[in-house]
Amino acid sequence: MSKFKYLIEGIVKNNPTFVLVLGMCPTLATTTSAMNGMGMGAATMAVLICSNMVISLLAPIIPDKVRIPCYIVVIAAFVTVVQFVMQAFTPALYETLGIFIPLIVVNCIVLGRAEAFANKHSVLESALDGIGIGIGFTIALTCIGLVREVLGNLSVFDHKFASSDGMLVFVLAPGAFLVLGYLMVIFNKIKGKKNA
Amino acid sequence: MEYIIIIITAVFVNNVVLSQFLGICPFLGVSKKISTAFGMSLALVLVMGLATLVTYLIQNYVLINTWFGEKMDITFMQTIVFILVIAALVQMVEIILKKINPTLYQALGIFLPLITTNCAVLGAALIVVTKQFSFGAEPHMLNLAESVVYSMSLAVGFGVAIILFAGMREQMELSNVPKSLKGTPIALITAGLLALAFMGFQGIV
Amino acid sequence: MAIKSSLRNMALVLTLVCLGASAAVAVIYAVTKDPIAVAKADKTNKAIKQVVPTFDNNPSEEILNVPADLSKPNETNKVYVAKKGDEVVGYAVESTTGKGFGGAFTIMVGFTPNGEVYNTSVISHSETPGLGAKITDGQSHFITQWNGKNLVDGSVKIAVTKDGGDIDAITASTITSRAYCDAMEIAANVFNNINNQ
Repeated sequence: MSKFKYLIEGIVKNNPTFVLVLGMCPTLATTTSAMNGMGMGAATMAVLICSNMVISLLAPIIPDKVRIPCYIVVIAAFVTVVQFVMQAFTPALYETLGIFIPLIVVNCIVLGRAEAFANKHSVLESALDGIGIGIGFTIALTCIGLVREVLGNLSVFDHKFASSDGMLVFVLAPGAFLVLGYLMVIFNKIKGKKNA
Repeated sequence: MEYIIIIITAVFVNNVVLSQFLGICPFLGVSKKISTAFGMSLALVLVMGLATLVTYLIQNYVLINTWFGEKMDITFMQTIVFILVIAALVQMVEIILKKINPTLYQALGIFLPLITTNCAVLGAALIVVTKQFSFGAEPHMLNLAESVVYSMSLAVGFGVAIILFAGMREQMELSNVPKSLKGTPIALITAGLLALAFMGFQGIV
Repeated sequence: MAIKSSLRNMALVLTLVCLGASAAVAVIYAVTKDPIAVAKADKTNKAIKQVVPTFDNNPSEEILNVPADLSKPNETNKVYVAKKGDEVVGYAVESTTGKGFGGAFTIMVGFTPNGEVYNTSVISHSETPGLGAKITDGQSHFITQWNGKNLVDGSVKIAVTKDGGDIDAITASTITSRAYCDAMEIAANVFNNINNQ
């Protein structure tokens, strides 16, 4: 039960997008639809869980001064693996997400969790943390994607519910900033009420 | 002429931050003051130019080359190699700058460690070796000079965006922002409006 | 906790980690290499199937490299030949234009042997979602209007109506529509050159 809290914390209290405001690039770039957001979230989660586990295993034998390069190599290796797997089995999604798959390497969430959590905790705890943060990130990306899709394209998970065009600006670049900004306002508002 | 098109495209039309969503973290993080925003951009122009130069050469002369009498294509190691090279390069720039020009190091030094995880650097390095560009002519892969010019212009584009943005945020300090909008949310909405303005550049080249 | 940061330890650990990572990536690369090739071929095959009448050969194995401009014989486009039995039923021409709104895009154009467009399909593009990206909607008027038009006998002027041509542009996406016409023109030139190479 006590270990379970690592999982929950990542989803709400330490939500990487709304609370920690980390990994903004993929958050804004790949959320043109709920499906794309979810795909990006899942890919990041896979890397996060694997790298968290391996880094918590390796931490005791890595000298302090070279730990960051070592973490980066481990993360880059898993990112490349994810890249190949997606290319082979979900080529369409891979193409839509494009350059943001290799860029998971420099996603601050992944390196951040390695440095702040995985190197001080057991393999199991690190895996749970990876799952929690991963789910939190995926939920956030799916939400943003869903809002942008509904407003901009009048569709839900790529199923159109109206034949007209929608407010295009939400699918385009400015819409990403605006939707994330307002979702954060709502998140803050709800959190503020809970605390009061 | 072609270089002018490349520069305009990279700075305005394909603006890294506002239309390609690269380097958002420093864009939001170090944009509270114009002076720091300026320092960050300057450091980024330097690093992105160097990083693209080195990674371009590695891509075309190390990853794709004839080794041991056999033609080899080990581009599948691209991501790992590029990120390591960029990390090492940033460290080297930091050390060299400290020795050669302490004043410049004072100004840019604190931004350098941040740049390793700036996805604009790796992003630009990957884009120039994988994507075809047309720039008004036939679609083609960029050559070395074009690549370096393109990615340095991207960094300049980052500078234009972040300096404009920092100016607005400095003004915003003085205004009365509703409580739940304070901090990141209002910054994001401002960035959204800025992105809207930059959309006007689309289609000009 | 962590072992001492002596130079020997640092170099050793970093080397080992790099070796381990490279080995792991190389293994996965070897495993996924074939599925990736299959996925890529699938995409081309799907596009070919969409743009030419039913065939029973494997067009991916019968590729002609034909230049769009005979004075530049080195810049060739891929032409996939679709056959039923021994008879050629269609040609799928891959055509790229650099004039799109968001840069280059590539389409596959299917011709019947007499030069009529059978169907077209977009392979890759970077047009604005919701505007220029409408070219990927195979059911839209802009895409279907090409079908049945003969591009080589001179009966159709390949340009949008705004420029005095016969093609209706996508609303609010004139640049994309013009670029699409450009790609079609290239494809038509390639088709013309198939036999007089």
